[in-house]
Amino acid sequence: MHVLDTGAGQEKDLTLVCVHGNPTWSYLWRNFLVKAPSNIRVIALDHLGMGYSERLDSDRVLDQRVDDLTRLIRALEITTPIMSLAHDWGGPISLGWVEREIASGDHDIAGVILLNTAVHQPKEFKNPAVIRLARARGLLAPVTEYTQGFVFGTRILSGSKMSREVAAGFRAPYRKRESRKAIHGFVADIPFEEDHVSRATLDEIALNLNLLSQTPVLMCWGPNDPVFSDIYLRDLKSRIPHAEVHRYEGASHLVSEDAPDLVSDVFHWIASPTGPNVDSSGDFDNSMVDFGEQMKKQAIHRPNVVGLTAMNEHRSVTWRELQSQTEFSMRYLSEEGVTAGDRVAFLVPPGPLLIPLIYATWNLGAAVVLADSGLGLRGMFRALRGAHIDHVVGIPRAWPLMRGLQIPGSRISTKELDRASERGQSRAVVDAATNYEFPSNDLGAVVFTSGSTGPAKGVQYSRGHIARTVAALQSQYSINSHDVIIAAFAPWAVFGPALGIASVLPDMNPGKPSSLTYRALNESVVRAGGTLLWASPAALTNVLDTVPERENADWSGIRLILSAGAPVPKSLLKRLAELIPSASIRTPYGMTEALPLSEISLAEILSSDEDHGVLVGKGLPGVDIKIAPWSDPNHLTNDAGLMGEIVVRAPHMKNSYNNLAFTERMSSQFLGWHRTGDVGHLDADGALWIEGRKSHVITTPMGVITPVPVEQRVESLDFVRQAACVGVGPKDASVVVIVYIESDQGRKLSQLQREDRVREVAGTQIAAILLVKSLPTDIRHNAKLNREEISRWASKKLAGSA
Amino acid sequence: MRVLVTGGTGLLGSSVVQEILNLGHECVVVQRNPSGIAGAREFLDDLTAPRNLDQWLAEVDAVVHLAAKVGIVGSYQEFYEANVKATQMLLESAKQHGVKRFIYASSPSVAHTGSALIGAGAQPARPASVRGAYSKTKALAELDVLAANTSSFSTVALRPHLVWGPGDTQLIERIVERARSGRLFYIDGGYALIDTTYVTNAGQAFACSLNASPEAFGKPHMVTNGEPRTVRETLMRITEAAGVPGPSRSVSFRIAMAAGRAAEFAWRNRTSEPPLTSFLVEQLATAHWFDIEQTKKLLNWSPTISIDEGFAQLRNWYSRL
Repeated sequence: MHVLDTGAGQEKDLTLVCVHGNPTWSYLWRNFLVKAPSNIRVIALDHLGMGYSERLDSDRVLDQRVDDLTRLIRALEITTPIMSLAHDWGGPISLGWVEREIASGDHDIAGVILLNTAVHQPKEFKNPAVIRLARARGLLAPVTEYTQGFVFGTRILSGSKMSREVAAGFRAPYRKRESRKAIHGFVADIPFEEDHVSRATLDEIALNLNLLSQTPVLMCWGPNDPVFSDIYLRDLKSRIPHAEVHRYEGASHLVSEDAPDLVSDVFHWIASPTGPNVDSSGDFDNSMVDFGEQMKKQAIHRPNVVGLTAMNEHRSVTWRELQSQTEFSMRYLSEEGVTAGDRVAFLVPPGPLLIPLIYATWNLGAAVVLADSGLGLRGMFRALRGAHIDHVVGIPRAWPLMRGLQIPGSRISTKELDRASERGQSRAVVDAATNYEFPSNDLGAVVFTSGSTGPAKGVQYSRGHIARTVAALQSQYSINSHDVIIAAFAPWAVFGPALGIASVLPDMNPGKPSSLTYRALNESVVRAGGTLLWASPAALTNVLDTVPERENADWSGIRLILSAGAPVPKSLLKRLAELIPSASIRTPYGMTEALPLSEISLAEILSSDEDHGVLVGKGLPGVDIKIAPWSDPNHLTNDAGLMGEIVVRAPHMKNSYNNLAFTERMSSQFLGWHRTGDVGHLDADGALWIEGRKSHVITTPMGVITPVPVEQRVESLDFVRQAACVGVGPKDASVVVIVYIESDQGRKLSQLQREDRVREVAGTQIAAILLVKSLPTDIRHNAKLNREEISRWASKKLAGSA
Repeated sequence: MRVLVTGGTGLLGSSVVQEILNLGHECVVVQRNPSGIAGAREFLDDLTAPRNLDQWLAEVDAVVHLAAKVGIVGSYQEFYEANVKATQMLLESAKQHGVKRFIYASSPSVAHTGSALIGAGAQPARPASVRGAYSKTKALAELDVLAANTSSFSTVALRPHLVWGPGDTQLIERIVERARSGRLFYIDGGYALIDTTYVTNAGQAFACSLNASPEAFGKPHMVTNGEPRTVRETLMRITEAAGVPGPSRSVSFRIAMAAGRAAEFAWRNRTSEPPLTSFLVEQLATAHWFDIEQTKKLLNWSPTISIDEGFAQLRNWYSRL
C-alpha cells in the first residue's frame, strides 16, 4: 500500500488520516500534507488498487476497504489522538473505520471531517445521474476502465478551472487500462441495489453514526457537486445533527481544489474542534412563542378593521379575513405536508396572500426562509438551494422558475389559496382557545442578507429571537394599536401582524426600494392611514425626487419615519424634514443579524458637525456596542476615538449562520458577541460612528484610512454629488483614490482646480481623482456603495494600457 | 567624509553634490568637461579611459557613481563600455584605494519588463529580460555593484524614478516643448498611475545613503516621491506650471505604439533621438508606482518636497524666465 506520511515525532500531538475517494488518490491531500502545522502528523493512503498502491486481481468491496484502513492504522502504531479527513466514497470507508475505533476504544478519535460524501441513498431521490450513467449496464467497464473517461469526468467536476499541472497530477497513476481496474471496481461497489454485496456494510455504517455523538464533526461541502448534491448533506446532517457545516458557495465536487480557504479553515477547526459556544442569548430559553397570538386577538376584538392594505392590488383585508386566510393556509399547507420543524420558502410577492402564508407556517411550527427578489434572481436561487428547504410555495407565475430551480422539497401552488383569498373568509369564526405555541429555541426564520459583499448569507433566527426583535421595536417606537406601518421595505410588512398593527404596502415594486414615489407614499398615508414609515435611503431619495411642482399634500397622519438599511446622507434627512414636518425622523442602525442596535434622531444628527463618519447614536436598552480596535483586534474596548470593527451584543441577535461554520466562527470570535464587519468608533458620549465596512478599509504606508469620513469631506464640495473612497495597490502599500459623480456645479472649475479642492478637504493623501457618471451600489438597498467593484474598476483604469 | 561624485553635472548630479555638501561632507567631482559646481573640487577625466585616477580617488571615503550613457542612440558596445566597463573599473579602483562606500545610480528600467508595476518594491535586475542597450547595461552594472558588497566595502544601488525639477532639460523641457508645438497627447486618456521624483528628494536620497543603515547595503532601492499621480494629471500640472496649453487629445495605445516603432525605424541611422519610441509609449501608458517604505527605513531618508510643492517650484521657475 502506498502511504504518504509526514512522520511521527515527539512534537506531534495529533494525527490526521486522509482517505480519498474514487477516482482520485492521495494527491488530493497534497496541500494538507504541505501546510500542516508542525504538531500534526498527516497520513494519506492510496486504497489498494488505486493511486500508487499495488493493483489487485479481484475487486475490493467496502467491508474489505474498511479492514484495510483499520489494519493500516494498527500497523502505523499511532499514539496520538486521531482525526479522519475523507472525500467522496472515502467517506463511508473512513466512517466504518472510525466507528470501529470508537466502539473498541483502541484509538482516541478526536474529530471527523467529511468533504462531499454520503452514507445513504435517500429514497425519494434518484441516484446521482453521473454515477447512474457510469453504472449503466454495458457502460461501466468502458467508461471507468477502458478509457480515461471517468478520471477526466471527475476533473470536470471541479468547479474551478484546474491547472494542467494539477490535472496531470490527478491522472498520473491512471494512465494505463490495467491501472484503472480498481476504479471500475469502486463504482461497481456502490450499493444502489437492495441485494448488493456492500449494502449491509453501508447500512451498518450509516446506522452506527450515533457512535459519533460525542465526537466533533465538520462537513465541508461544494454545493455545485452534481454527484453529492445538498440532498446528501442534508441526509448526513440529519444523522449527525451536531456536525458543523460550511458550504463553500461556488465550489463543486473536488471542494478542496475549488475553495482556496478550505485547507486553512480545516486546520483552524482541527485546532479547536469544539468551537465557540454560539448561543448568544446566554441562558437556555425554555419559554414558548406564539406568533399568531396578536393576529388572533385583533380578529376577535376588531374583526372588521383593516389589517393589511396592498395599494398596488387596491385591496384591503380585515383582521378577521387575515386570520381566517391564515387558518385556511394552515390547513392547506398541512395537507401538503408542512409540519413543525420544516423549512418553507416562498415565491409569492408581498401582499394579502403572502402574509397569511408566513403566519400559517409559523403557526404550524415550521420556519420561513426569506430570500426576496432584491437579491436578484441568481442570488435568490442560490440562497434557496443553500437553505435546505423542505417546501417551496409559489404563485402559478413562478412555477416555470421553480422547475428550473433544481432545489429539493415539495412544490406547493398558491392557486387554491388564491381562490380562497378572493372569496374572502369574512364569515369564518375565530376560535379563541387555539394557540400556536412552539418552543422559543426552534428555528423561526432564515433571512438572507443583502450580499453586497459576496454571496448572500443565510441568517438563522430562533422563534425567541424574532419575538425579542418585535418586542424591541414595540418598546423603542412606542407602537400602539392605532399605528399603521408603511412597509416600503417589504420584509417589514411581516412584522405588522406580530405587533398587532395594520400594514400598508405602498404601490411600488417591492424588490426595488427606489420605486417608491411621492404620490405612492402620500396615498399610503392619506388613504390607508399609515403612521410609521420604514424605508431605505434609496426609497426616500426617490420620494424627494418625485415631489410635484405644486406640493400641498396632507402629511399630518405620519408620526415616525425610520430610514434603515444603509447610511443616510444628512442632506436627505433635512429635505425630508422640510417636506414632512409632522414626522419624527430617526435612523436606526443594525443589520440582518441584529436590528435595531442603536438609533438617532435627525436633530441629534444635525447638531453633530464633525465629519468623522455616520453618527448612529448610542446602543438601545439591552444592546452593548464595543470596538475591536484595528491596532489590537483581539480585544474589545469602549475607549473613545479608537477605530476598529464594531462588535455588538443584543438579546435579539441572530443565532447562527446557515451552513457557514467558518463565517459563524469568525463572527462569534468574541463569545456571545457578533462581529458586524462594520468599522467605526465610539465618541466621548458613547455614541457610535460608522466609518465603513471592514473590507473597505485602506491600508497605506502612511496609515489606515476608513472610507466614509473621506467621502463625507469630499461630498461637502459643491461640485461633488457622490464620492467613493477606495484603495488601489497591494495590501499595506495601497494608495487612496477618489471616484466621484459630478453635480451640476461641476463645470465652473477646471479639472486641476477640482483636484486641488478634493485634496484640500480629503484629509489624507489622494493619488488619483476620477470622474464617473454613476457608482455601483448593492441591489437591495441601492444605497451601499459597492467599493470592491469601484476599487477593481479604478485599479484597472489606473494600471494603464499594458 | 570625502565623497567622489561622477557625473556631477546635470539635474540630478548637481542636486546630489549640493545635498552632500549640505550634510557637511567634502565633495570631489570627476567628469569630462568643466562644469564649475560651487563648493566641489573638480577633476577632468574620462571614466572609460582614466588618465589620472590616482589623483581623484586619493583619500576618498565614498563614491557616488552617477555617470552613465543614457538614451537610445549608439551601439550596444558604446553603452557597454560606458555603463558596464567603466563601473567595473571604478568599483575595482575604489576598493583598491580603500573606499568604504560605493553608491550606484541605477534605473527602475533594470527590472522592468513591460508589465504594469503597482506598489512594487525593488525587484532584482534582469539584464536578460529588459529591453534596450541602456537598461541591459545598467542592469549588468547594478548586479556587479551589488555583488561587490562586503563588510569593508559597502555597495548599494538607488533607482530614482523619473527625476524632474526646475531647469530640467530632459523630461520637463521636452514635455513643455511638445505642448508648445501642440504635439503632446495622452495615451488611452493618460490614466496610468506613475511615480515621479522631485530632484531635491532624489539628491537627498543619495546623500542620505552615505549614512544608510547596514541592512541597506547589497540591495537595490526604489527612490520616488511616494506620491503617484496619473500621467494625465502629471502632464497637466507640468504644462500648467510652464504656462503652455495642456494635452488636447488622446490616442489609443496601439496607434501610439505603432508610431513609436515607426519612428525608431526611421531614426535607426541618425545620431539624434527619435521623437517617440515604443519604450516611451509604454512608459506613458503603463502604471509604474512603487512601495518606498523599505527605502525610507533603510536609507534614513524621506522625501522633503511634496509633489505639489514641486509643481509650485516649477511654476515659480517658469514665471521668472
